[in-house]
Amino acid sequence: MRAPFLDFASAIQLLINGDATLGAIVKLSLLVTLSATALAALIGMPLGALVALTRFKGRSAVIVILNGLMGLPPVVVGLLVFLTLSRSGPLGTLGLLFTPTAMVAAQAILITPIIAALSRQVIEDLWTEYEPEFAALHIGTRQRITALLWDSRFSLITILLAGFGRAAAEVGAVMIVGGNIDGFTRVMTTSIALETSKGNLPLALSLGMILIAIIMIVNALAWSVRQWAERHAG
Amino acid sequence: MRDDTTVTPMIRLTRVSYDIGITKILTDVSLDLAPGKPTLLLGPNGSGKTTLLKLLMGLLTPTSGAISNTRDLRKAFVFQKPVMLKRSVAANIAFALSATKRDASQATISSLLRRVGLEHLHDRPARKLSGGEQQRLAIARALALNPMLLLLDEPTASLDPTATKAIEDIITSAANDGVKIIMATHDLGEARRLAGDIIFLARGRLGEHTPSPNFFTRPSTPDAQHFLAGDLII
Amino acid sequence: MALNHIRKAVVVIALLALASPAFAQDKSIVVASTTSTQDSGLFGHILPLFKAKTGIDVKVVAQGTGQALDTGRRGDADVVFVHAKSQEEKFVTDGFGVQRFDVMYNDFVLIGPKSDPAKITGSKDINAGLKAINTTQSPFVSRGDKSGTHAAELALWKAAELNPATSKPTWYREIGQGMGAALNTAGSMNAYVLADRGTWISFKNKGDLGIAVEGDKKLFNQYGIMLVNPAKHPQVKKDLGQAFVDWVISAEGQNAIRSYKIDGQQLFFPNADQAAMKKAG
Repeated sequence: MRAPFLDFASAIQLLINGDATLGAIVKLSLLVTLSATALAALIGMPLGALVALTRFKGRSAVIVILNGLMGLPPVVVGLLVFLTLSRSGPLGTLGLLFTPTAMVAAQAILITPIIAALSRQVIEDLWTEYEPEFAALHIGTRQRITALLWDSRFSLITILLAGFGRAAAEVGAVMIVGGNIDGFTRVMTTSIALETSKGNLPLALSLGMILIAIIMIVNALAWSVRQWAERHAG
Repeated sequence: MRDDTTVTPMIRLTRVSYDIGITKILTDVSLDLAPGKPTLLLGPNGSGKTTLLKLLMGLLTPTSGAISNTRDLRKAFVFQKPVMLKRSVAANIAFALSATKRDASQATISSLLRRVGLEHLHDRPARKLSGGEQQRLAIARALALNPMLLLLDEPTASLDPTATKAIEDIITSAANDGVKIIMATHDLGEARRLAGDIIFLARGRLGEHTPSPNFFTRPSTPDAQHFLAGDLII
Repeated sequence: MALNHIRKAVVVIALLALASPAFAQDKSIVVASTTSTQDSGLFGHILPLFKAKTGIDVKVVAQGTGQALDTGRRGDADVVFVHAKSQEEKFVTDGFGVQRFDVMYNDFVLIGPKSDPAKITGSKDINAGLKAINTTQSPFVSRGDKSGTHAAELALWKAAELNPATSKPTWYREIGQGMGAALNTAGSMNAYVLADRGTWISFKNKGDLGIAVEGDKKLFNQYGIMLVNPAKHPQVKKDLGQAFVDWVISAEGQNAIRSYKIDGQQLFFPNADQAAMKKAG
């Protein structure tokens, strides 16, 4: 195969010219993945905290299942969401298949277990550490939960980033439920798959570089916020 | 020995035993603790000092026997290895204050930090403090509960003489302020310096409870004599 | 103070989550079509013209013909635009489509490596070509994805009285992927592969591949379009979908298809039936 780098300049050119299509794809990718990460955090973090701080029958099973679901295959998630949202499926009347909403749903389902399982681990570890002091200081339940969430916030941000990275890198599920519709549900990863199938390897590779750069930038921003907050919050 | 003091006891143990499974940790301990100078808890490792402190605090419940308090006895506890919240020095104090009805103003925080000589470290992350400083912060956190009884589990273990002196000074001044101190130590010199009376434990049983000078000059049990002579008690 | 921060964060997260379903939804239809029409760039050429005239957004989901028909069958598309005539007619007979119209054709070409192990390059006889591949056991990549091209390939093997898809010799490789992926695979393993001419012309990673067999009448590739039956799926956007079908087979739509060229080569040849057009109009 010829070196795909020969044409790299054309992709850079696209970027420099602020290509409108590329801009829209990047924007949609970010919007979908950030929404999915927020949604997954809203469900996954309280769920993780709940499992970490309560003792009930079958708790070990729940933990094993949560941990196992971290490895959910994106294609399977895509297929399940597809069958659910299809006009012939149970939620067909909503008309959500082949929309960005469906993609948000698929990505959120994919990463909720990751956020829940890792949050559970982080919160439980801190809880083990804090528990005797809380008992000696007579700290109430609500205050315990608030303190644990607050004091593990930096680890929780890292968990969010892990979820964001997994969702942003995912192609199988969004391809199936989004349909890779030009200008509507086409995101970075499905564009890369499409350009690869068109044999446009240099452009595909360049889009890949841009995707990696975006993930790097998001992580760098989160890192800076963390550094700043750690300095100021002690 | 109850007739050593004419003051009513703050806390009375009646034939208290504590077992874990078939292992007897404490057996048949009866004693009265009265307000006044610090009570020092001596005995070899494994003699039950930490367990006795936790029973007094209410962190453990006796397997048999009874512990009775005077009404509304405010108690506080400092672990041998206290856990700092992942926050600033001041925020650690504020957290302890939030568990009480006391006002959590900067003035209260500063005055507590002044009592343990840490006011200059107000904004420092608590986990970045030295071992001795963390121990002092833990004492300040306990003092934030405004206790009448303060239980300390070997607060000077593994500290250098300077740090030890700082902590002993805090304890002396708290005792002078009317806080009853019960403190475990394995340092005979420290017991001599601080104690009003001595509780000596061996193999989970109460060996002696006697005013400090008596213990060092005329130990009444063979175990205590061996302990003072530096022999191993097996 | 800590609580305050958490409250603010929760509000921001909630707003983000709520924002997600708020993507714009205006006058638009979903068309299930094939990778060949999308990958060749045809839609990129004709859809803006249709949008300019009608204001209707066409959202194309590009799949293999089999999958595209299934998408229509489930009611997840308003219009199906594919190329496997017998499957399309069954789709309409089964009541999933309203009426099928011929739209255009192009042709299939047998692509092969420059080394040409079956010695067939330049031939116009697809039967002989496939037989030579079989005899020389030269590598052959099959789509294997129930697409229109896959169906055409199987029909060609059958016409040559061969059946590698069932006997599965080692030189016959089913990849279960789209046209572009099949071409990429063939390029990297010096294999023969059947492709539609449109995708082939627009394919950017030709490498050592070239046309081995072309021009045989058996290689004719007809495309058809049909509205998904609103009687089966009431949510089908009947009027907007029919507007697209009508436009594609109208003189204007046919001209748009005719005018799509890459490097001066026309990719698709419109052949909508004038009588059917009138009936539809």
